[in-house]
Amino acid sequence: MPLLEIIDLITEFDTDEGRVRAVDQISFSADAGVTLGIVGESGCGKSVTALSIMRLLPQPLGQIAGGSILFQGQDLTRLPLKEMEKLRGNDVSMIFQEPMTALNPVHTIGKQLAEVLLLHNDYGLEKALKESIDILDRVGIPSPDLRMGEYPHQLSGGMRQRVVIAIALACKPALLIADEPTTALDVTIQAQILELIKDLQADMDMSVILITHDLGVIAETCDEVVVMYAGKVAEKGSVYDVFDRPSHPYTRGLLTSIPRLDTEPKSKLSIIEGMVPGLLDLPPGCRFENRCSFAEDPCTLSAPPINTVQGQHDVSCFRWQDI
Amino acid sequence: MSETPILKVRDLKMHFPVKEGIFLRTNKYNRAVDGVSLSIQPGETLGLVGESGCGKSTLGRCITRLHQPTSGSILFEGQDITHLKGKALLPYRQHIQMIFQDPMESLNARHTVADIIEEPFVVQNIGDRVSRKKQVKKLLEIVGLPARSASRYPFEFSGGQRQRIGIARSIALKPKLIICDEPVSALDVSIQSQILNLLIELQKEFNLSYLFIAHDLAVVKHISDRIAIMYLGKVAESSAGEIVYHNPRHPYTQSLISAIPIPDPHQVTERLVISGDVPSPIDPPSGCRFHPRCPQVMDRCKHELPQLRSIDDGHLVSCHQGD
Repeated sequence: MPLLEIIDLITEFDTDEGRVRAVDQISFSADAGVTLGIVGESGCGKSVTALSIMRLLPQPLGQIAGGSILFQGQDLTRLPLKEMEKLRGNDVSMIFQEPMTALNPVHTIGKQLAEVLLLHNDYGLEKALKESIDILDRVGIPSPDLRMGEYPHQLSGGMRQRVVIAIALACKPALLIADEPTTALDVTIQAQILELIKDLQADMDMSVILITHDLGVIAETCDEVVVMYAGKVAEKGSVYDVFDRPSHPYTRGLLTSIPRLDTEPKSKLSIIEGMVPGLLDLPPGCRFENRCSFAEDPCTLSAPPINTVQGQHDVSCFRWQDI
Repeated sequence: MSETPILKVRDLKMHFPVKEGIFLRTNKYNRAVDGVSLSIQPGETLGLVGESGCGKSTLGRCITRLHQPTSGSILFEGQDITHLKGKALLPYRQHIQMIFQDPMESLNARHTVADIIEEPFVVQNIGDRVSRKKQVKKLLEIVGLPARSASRYPFEFSGGQRQRIGIARSIALKPKLIICDEPVSALDVSIQSQILNLLIELQKEFNLSYLFIAHDLAVVKHISDRIAIMYLGKVAESSAGEIVYHNPRHPYTQSLISAIPIPDPHQVTERLVISGDVPSPIDPPSGCRFHPRCPQVMDRCKHELPQLRSIDDGHLVSCHQGD
């Protein structure tokens, strides 16, 4: 049984212009100990998927309108709020893109970290503080006992992200959801943080869902990848399958349009024409159809089925065999 | 190199006063740019790479004279423009333009696209209403926007289209040099390549010179002829793009390049992860500014500031290694 299994999840938001489906019938699963990447452009629904798993959708505007999220066999969409609160931070944790907004500016690092331990464990204050220092040390914060008394603004961006990771991992969750954890950081700091997440994952044998727009980060850190486009899963499989044989025109377009270190300087990059359709006026057929160079009549009429390329490698495209 | 460079910057320094205490006395300076020299030939792209806080944007702003540099000189086509003021600066403003990172913040939300693109002509008092309207239409066509965009407002456009509006405005006066400050960092991957292609096309068509400021090394390498790597207000290394990537000599450049995640799961790179954060430019380390993080640090680096020296044709490095 996979650790997390998402089946036909639908998440909707009420907006002034009507109800939009940010996530539309997506399915994927993650086994224990695996790093799964979700990649896609802004507005494709990758963060909404993460918030749905955590049941942290902005209320009352966002709601899960269908499908199920099975975590250790338990359907999170039906879990009472009290139970969900126990689960969050204990079994499933999340880290966000901007570490400054994820931390409370008026509390010390130590207090914020000890709070999680006190909430989920039967610890006394002293034990919680002692363990907090250990965790800070584990995430590579120098002189952790001194840092305990400092406030978030006294730390650099990379250090703050380490604190956020420390808080998320304090209770040794089985699943960590990282939503663009390194996007706000510099490359050298990004390398440090990714390295840290990898190390901790191996140590604690947890699963990680890594949400990013950077295909390089996916290739280097993930075992499996889900490519999302306009609220749907375009393609999913192991990183080797997807990067070696991209079977959706969108994945293919993404992979060929990024400049690499070995592309000829100033050569013309291949591009994906046009832009993502708005969620309010989605086409009836394939959502990528207006930008796709392979599009044919059936693509405009109905949504493409999910086809199996090979093994666990799935693609949602009519013409995947021609690509 | 016999041609007069379009831009020559000599030992440029930009120190911002840091006001402290209840009397707001200035005891310290933020040495954002601390002695940078570089030159750009006509039709050339110089890529300027560095992490946040290294002074790359400040340098760009000094060149456009949005900041008054503390010392050093800026020569545009051999003319010293460092101390020009008011009216005397106006003709140079026509030749040096800028493209900003966030196209939403750099476009006036209350002006139509036509107003925005027309403004440079109004400021420089060029042409009459009819000819300006004609120019706007032509510029929209050049950057690949439909003519009907002219009467719309910035919020009606997507990020990529807004960046096209910003580009149309920057090329309106047929400038010779454009400072591009992270022009694609805020854009999605599939849109990034569209804008990069546009910038490369425009350069060929109008023989533009670019100072391309960015933190994404793959993007910079793609668009640049030469690259300068900045660290804490100083140039660490500069050379032709290929050489910087294939034969980096400064330990900082080496670690930057090895930190780039490569979008290929088969490529297992031996990471040169450097520890620590970028120190504050208010109180930079003694000697070489990189020495606290440098994996190859020697005793000499701690007190002696390395000078930028030529190690090969056009390859400059500021490091004691191999001196």
